Amino acid sequence: MSDAVAFTPEELKKLDAGLSELLGHYPVDRKRAAMLPALRLLQEIKGWCTPEGMKHVADKLQTTVERAYEVATFYVMFHTQKPGKYVIDVCTNLSCALRGAEGMLKHLEVKLGTQAGTNGDKFFLRETECLASCGTAPCFQINEDHHENLTKEKVDKLLETLV
Amino acid sequence: MNVEKVVTRNWGKPGQNTLAGYKQHGGYESLKKALELAPEAVLAEVKKSNLRGRGGAGFPTGLKWSFVPKDNPKPRYLAINADESEPGTAKDRFILENDPHSLLEGIAIACWALGAHTCYIYARGEFKYPSAVLDKAIAEATAAGIFGKKLLGRDFELNVYQVRGAGAYICGEETAMLESLEGKKGWPRLKPPFPAVSGLFGCPTVVNNVETIATLPAIFEKGAEWFAKLGTDKSGGTRLVTLSGVCNRPGTYEVSMQTTLKDLIFDEQFGQGMPHGRTVKAVIPGGSSAPVLTADEMGVALEFEAFKPLNSMAGSGGIIVMDDTCCMVRCLWRVTRFYAEESCGQCTPCREGMPWMTRLLRKIEEGRGEPKDLEALMQVATSIAPWPPIGLGNTICALGDAGALPVQSFVTKFKSEFEQHIAEHRCPYGDKPWGAFGEFQ
Repeated sequence: MSDAVAFTPEELKKLDAGLSELLGHYPVDRKRAAMLPALRLLQEIKGWCTPEGMKHVADKLQTTVERAYEVATFYVMFHTQKPGKYVIDVCTNLSCALRGAEGMLKHLEVKLGTQAGTNGDKFFLRETECLASCGTAPCFQINEDHHENLTKEKVDKLLETLV
Repeated sequence: MNVEKVVTRNWGKPGQNTLAGYKQHGGYESLKKALELAPEAVLAEVKKSNLRGRGGAGFPTGLKWSFVPKDNPKPRYLAINADESEPGTAKDRFILENDPHSLLEGIAIACWALGAHTCYIYARGEFKYPSAVLDKAIAEATAAGIFGKKLLGRDFELNVYQVRGAGAYICGEETAMLESLEGKKGWPRLKPPFPAVSGLFGCPTVVNNVETIATLPAIFEKGAEWFAKLGTDKSGGTRLVTLSGVCNRPGTYEVSMQTTLKDLIFDEQFGQGMPHGRTVKAVIPGGSSAPVLTADEMGVALEFEAFKPLNSMAGSGGIIVMDDTCCMVRCLWRVTRFYAEESCGQCTPCREGMPWMTRLLRKIEEGRGEPKDLEALMQVATSIAPWPPIGLGNTICALGDAGALPVQSFVTKFKSEFEQHIAEHRCPYGDKPWGAFGEFQ
């Protein structure tokens, strides 16, 4: 993944190949339906939904860039700003809260020197919706990798790997 | 108490999440049986089994299928709801992880019965690992000639695609899910028309939960009568539930329709009781939107009909236990905040009401509450969705009800605790509102 907002030729080739495969999953007159998988692919390639990328996706899906923005801003997993290197999504809903999630969030804030909801260069710590780990609480995801049954010891070990 | 296992019967067997392993344990034999039957006969079997939807509403599956109009020339779709995100619910995820082919075989059986040639599985975006397992299973089944141009060699094309969401609770609502599958933001549609008549791309679409469809192979393996007999008069089979919160052994368990909440929390094979010295104060029985129950109501069986007299619901099987040292105001604040965050913003009562209730609850929890706040809380909740009974909501979809029901049930059943916060201008539990396991260690 290059840091530049503009596509490299390889990135564009990868995106276009992926998009044409995705479009094969839908009726020919329903290209817009591929919007979520298409934006996911864009984000995998660029790290976030770049304005240029969304324009490109919209063109390929034969829709307007506003439609791409509408979707990218509605779903929390799409980033319309460049996120920190590590996006940490912490579940603080009831099942996790009853198993120490509030304390875990505080622990993370102190350890990472950040506040939940604040995007930084290295960390973007967020509270998130229930992650279906209720019987294995508390839990969080680091760049979508799921970690559950968390303890202080486990969390500290995981944080050490985030360089 | 001996629960005959259905959905989980093969979990943990070697290679169960691969095609080879699945076939070794009888996999895709049920599909062969079903393909010997005419589609109408498959539908009749499903009706006979008394299978009810496991996504939350408990709607009879066969009946839902029968709503697809026979004379509509448009293509038909099956859409699988794997957007598991109701707080307290973690079961479909384990089906995808442990036994993905049981879902795929169920899909093939359902598509045969419905005459659907395309199935989309909508998995929530956060399911990185479960989705990877499922993608691999779809690729295996396609390579083996189960899916594709010919369903197990029959002249019946079936293509199955997984589509991943991107973080929106609302997309678990069936019409929001269809909007999302069409590449839009997840704004629920007005019903009617119901999806069976006009769903994905305006075509007849059946939307079923993962667990519901993953149950079909067992029904065709052992028979609809066997399955119906496992359950009660109106709810066939067994079901998966997730036990969370305060108890000794939280987890995901397959229970019978006769298992009670009390059995689930205290039985050795399930929750193994409460930590030393603690008692149950409250139980949410069906995902955090289900009206809360008191300890006196724990005798209820985990079956769809049994919750009606209690004005609550079996919902998605997410059971959350709170002990006698949990603060009910704080717990409710967490629940309400979730619905405020996840309201899609389409209907005013929900968009404005959920954050309002969240602010009121925070105010009460922090000791700044006034007696009129409790009244306001109930008034706002009631304008979103009066209760009881369940189902009177004033919004397009049930998210309104989902956020209003907890408020009304918590305030009604634990009123003195709310009043104590207001009278004492503080939370009686201080900085320890989360009960026996609330400290992060």
